[in-house]
This record gives sequence, structure tokens and C-alpha cells, in this order.
Amino acid sequence: MSANTVGSKNKKAPGSLSKGFRRTTFREIMKNRSLYVMLIPVILYFVLFQYKPMYGAIIAFKDFKPFLGIADSPWVGLKHFDQFFNSYYFGRILKNTILISVYQLIFAFPAAIILALLLNEVKNQVFKRVVQSVSYLPHFISLVVVCGMLLDFLQPDGIINRAIMAIGLVNEPINFLILPGWFRTIFVGSGIWQGVGWSSIIFLAALSGINPSLYEAASVDGAGRWRQMLNITLPGIMPTIVILLIINIGNFMIVGFDKIILLYNPATYETGDVIGSFVYRRGIMEANYSFTAAVGLFNSLINFILLILVNQLAKKKAESSLW
Amino acid sequence: MVYKKTIGEKAFDIFNVLFLILASIVFLYPLWFVIISSVSSATAIASGDVTWLPKGINFSAYERVFSDSKVWVAYKNTFIYVGVGTVINLVLTTLGAYPLSRRDLRGRNFIMMFIVFTMFFSGGLIPEYLNVRDLGLYDSRWAIWLPSAISAYNLIVMRTFFQSTIPDGLIESAKIEGANEYRILWSIIIPLSMPVIAVMTLFYAVGHWNSWFSAMIYLQDRSLHPLQLLLREILVASQTNDMMGGVSSGDVVAVSETIKYATTVIATLPILVIYPFLQKYFAKGVMIGGVKE
Repeated sequence: MSANTVGSKNKKAPGSLSKGFRRTTFREIMKNRSLYVMLIPVILYFVLFQYKPMYGAIIAFKDFKPFLGIADSPWVGLKHFDQFFNSYYFGRILKNTILISVYQLIFAFPAAIILALLLNEVKNQVFKRVVQSVSYLPHFISLVVVCGMLLDFLQPDGIINRAIMAIGLVNEPINFLILPGWFRTIFVGSGIWQGVGWSSIIFLAALSGINPSLYEAASVDGAGRWRQMLNITLPGIMPTIVILLIINIGNFMIVGFDKIILLYNPATYETGDVIGSFVYRRGIMEANYSFTAAVGLFNSLINFILLILVNQLAKKKAESSLW
Repeated sequence: MVYKKTIGEKAFDIFNVLFLILASIVFLYPLWFVIISSVSSATAIASGDVTWLPKGINFSAYERVFSDSKVWVAYKNTFIYVGVGTVINLVLTTLGAYPLSRRDLRGRNFIMMFIVFTMFFSGGLIPEYLNVRDLGLYDSRWAIWLPSAISAYNLIVMRTFFQSTIPDGLIESAKIEGANEYRILWSIIIPLSMPVIAVMTLFYAVGHWNSWFSAMIYLQDRSLHPLQLLLREILVASQTNDMMGGVSSGDVVAVSETIKYATTVIATLPILVIYPFLQKYFAKGVMIGGVKE
């Protein structure tokens, strides 16, 4: 403090400038102090429930013993990562996580865009609104109920087997729930049922933002609806598509494992067990805390790196990005 | 219109409408099937007779479900989690969104980064689980309320709404008249922001209503379990034994099926009932979120 006072007597700028700067800062903070007081519980929440667990993730590099606590448990370096990378499960859960994400990106993401485009072509506004409302509904059905319905409908004597046998698609019922080959299809397919309507909202909003005079001009020039869609509609919603694609790829390694653990069973681990469900099973059910914290951290890091890479790429190529 | 529809385009319009009708049936049918099955007789379900309309209408499955005290306890718990949880969410989200919507707040960008970062990076399931235990919240209702007290995404949506709809001049003039920040927030900002607060209430409340995973990992005490967790036991783990009193062994499977359908309806009905009134607000919420600053 005294050094600063001395510095400020000197006419040479830095000290006095920074002191003046500090004084205005202080004044501005005091002026808005009630705003900062409001923020205290909010920041406390993020510190206690978001950043503290990030610190807690260091148990990935330790042999965590509950009675020693996080700080006092012994360091073991990359032992748990080594163990994970060399385990039989590493390849399996990584492959399942990536495949399910890829399928979601290939099928679920375009499905929402296509639904929005189809709804956009509907001229009857009442019909359009009814279809929209109906399509959002599955989004609000709880995951437990959705999975309960799937488990019921997909039984050997469930309604789906009855339907495909009635129309002669198969002669024998398919035991969907224990055949590994069906797991990802069921997971991604039901995900489309749950989310396609809801995800289409944002594209519909983008579609309604396209200037109608563009369409008028195009139709005067003789462009058909197909051409209009290719040359006006799609470019019009491209920025939205890119942003959502970035967000989707940013969540690439996060497969909704809560849905996985409701749907899978030991017979379908082979295709259904993902990083998240593995962490849940080994970590919470079997209390292998350090090992699964390492697996989780590996997952978070890959995800974070992917997000940054995709965002950089989008900035360069498509000139739209998250930040 | 200069342009006339070609035959191909007319065909497309017809195909489009038919496709959307088919899609709507696909969206609705699973729920319809559950509802009609829940009021059909167990034998009709077992023989696969129930497809479009209920057969042998009766409400015995509902009687069985409602005579089980666990269902009532779980229902009560869910209402407590939804009610208290949503109030905590709204208070904290507003307390975060308002100051951060003020352009004259020093350090605003830093605090925003501090919040946004948590959307893209997290400690992971295990550290979060150990954290809840460490804070002494395990096996208490706080384990349901606190870890999800604020959604960073919702906070940003609300902040965007404040910034884009409330003129700075309004806040300035209120200050000149001597109102403090709490008063400004309570008497000016909140009354002007009812649309976004309605949306937030719905998002958070539905989230609590449907949530089950944190209850499963944090609550051992069965008297604290919410409806969704009980539902998981009944639907996914097929534990309907407690409700099967007096069923002859030949009917066990079929009756257990009707119990599953009835509990599904009971757990979903509140959402289905309010849904038609609320869905336009939900859609609005997504739109607000989509607005970039």
C-alpha cells in the first residue's frame, strides 16, 4: 500500500494510472454492490456443485480412500488411466459410445431438419399447428415411462412383434431386448421419437425468419418449390444448422447413459454399454471411485477438445461459431 | 402468383400431409395404447386383443395401484420435489440472470465465462456423487434440490430475455426515484418478465417431475423416493408383487401388465392434462433461447 502511495506521487504514469483505475473500479463495484450480493448464492452454487467436483476429479490420479478424503489420498499418477486403456472394456465402450453418437448425428439430427422443412411446406396453418403440438409431446414424457413402454412393446409377445407378424414381415417373434444387434437401433430410433418434434422448433424459428420476398422473387423467376428450397430455404437456415451441429458434436461423447441403464441388460452390454453407463456401474454400484473418475475425466476431456476443434473449424469454414 | 404448381408439386403436397398424419399417429399411439390397455381386462391384453380400443373395460388395475401406500408416498414426494425444487431454481436463476444482464456490472464477462464453462466441462458423475456425500446431503431431500439448483442454460436464456426486453432507461429512472436493486428486480423486472418466468417454471417443474437418476443414486431411504423411481421399479425391474394380492398364479403375468399400464398413466396424466395449455409456452422458451445477443 505504502509503495503505491509513493508511486502515485511520481508523475510518471503507471502507478497513478493503475491507482486511478483501481479507484474507479472500486467505485463501480460499490455502486452496484447489491448486484454482487445477489450473485453470491449463484456463485456459491457454481463453486460448490460444479467447480468443487472438478477439483474432486483429481482422484483420477489418486487411490481415493473415503476415510482419507480427496486431499490426503495417495497419488498414483496415471495408474487408473493405464488400467482403463489396457482393459477389455476400453475398446468396447469407446466403440459403443462413438457408434451411438454417430448414428444420432446421421439419423436424429437430420430428422429434425426434415420435419421442420416438411412442416414449413404445409399451407394449412391449423393442421401445421396440430402436428407441431403432437410432435412435441414425447419430449415431455419421462424417460422412465419411455423406456418402460419400449421394454413392454418390444417383448416377444409385445405389440411390435404382434404387428410385424400380422403384416407378415417375420414368422417368429424377434426378441429385441436381448439381441445385441438391435440395441443401438432401438436406442437411436426411440430417441428420434422422443426428440424430433422438439428439436425441430429451433429450425422452424429459423425458417420463419427468412424474408418472404425472396420466395416471391424466385417464383417470378420461375423457380419451382424444389429449387426454392435448395436455393433459399436451406441457405437461410444454414447458420442455425451449423451452430446446432457444433453443439451436437460438442456433446459427441455424452450419450444419455440414464436411458442406457434403463434399457440395457447383461445380454446387450456388448453393443449398449457406453462410457457413462460403465462409469455408473463400476463407480457407483461397485464403488471403484478412482478408476471410474479417470474414465469419466477421459470422457470429459475428449469432449471438450472436440468442442474446441469443431468450433475453430466452423469459425474458419462457415463463419459462424459459438464464441 | 406467376408460378403454377406442377403435378409433381401437387403430389408432394398430398404425400406431405399423409406423411405428417402418419407421423402424428406414431407420436401418439404408444401413449394411446398404454391408456386403453390400463382400462382393459387382463385376459384381453394377454390374448393380444387390445389394439385400437379398450376391451373389457374395468378399473381394477387402478384400484390395485391406489391401494398400495407406496404410490401415495411417492406421489407426495414428487410434489415436494417439484414444488420446493422449482422455487429454488427460479429464485437462484433470477438472482443470477438479473445482475448479469446489467451492462454496467464490472466483471460481468468474467462471471459469464465462469458459468458458461460449466456447460462444456464437468467433473463427471463420480466426483459429483462424492461431492454430494461429502457435503452431507446423501439420503436427504437436499440432494435432489441443490445439485440441480441452477441450469446454466436457463440462466443464459433468462439473461438474454432481460437484456432484450427491458430498456436500460427504465432501470435508470427507477434508480433516480430512489429504488434500490432489490426493489427494481421485484417490482419492475419480474412483472415485465412473466413470459420468461412462465417458461422457466415449466422447464424446471417438468424436469423435476420426470427426474429419477439423482433420487436413485442419492436416496436410500424408500420413504423419500419420488414417483419416477417407484415407476422404474415397476416398469423396468418388473416389481409388482406388492400389488398382486389375491391374483391366481395363472393371471400373474397379465395382471402385472395392467398394473404397469395403470402406473404409467398415473405418472404421466398430470403432464398430459396440462400439456395442451402449456405447450405454446414451451415452444416460446426455445425461441427465446435461440435469440443470440
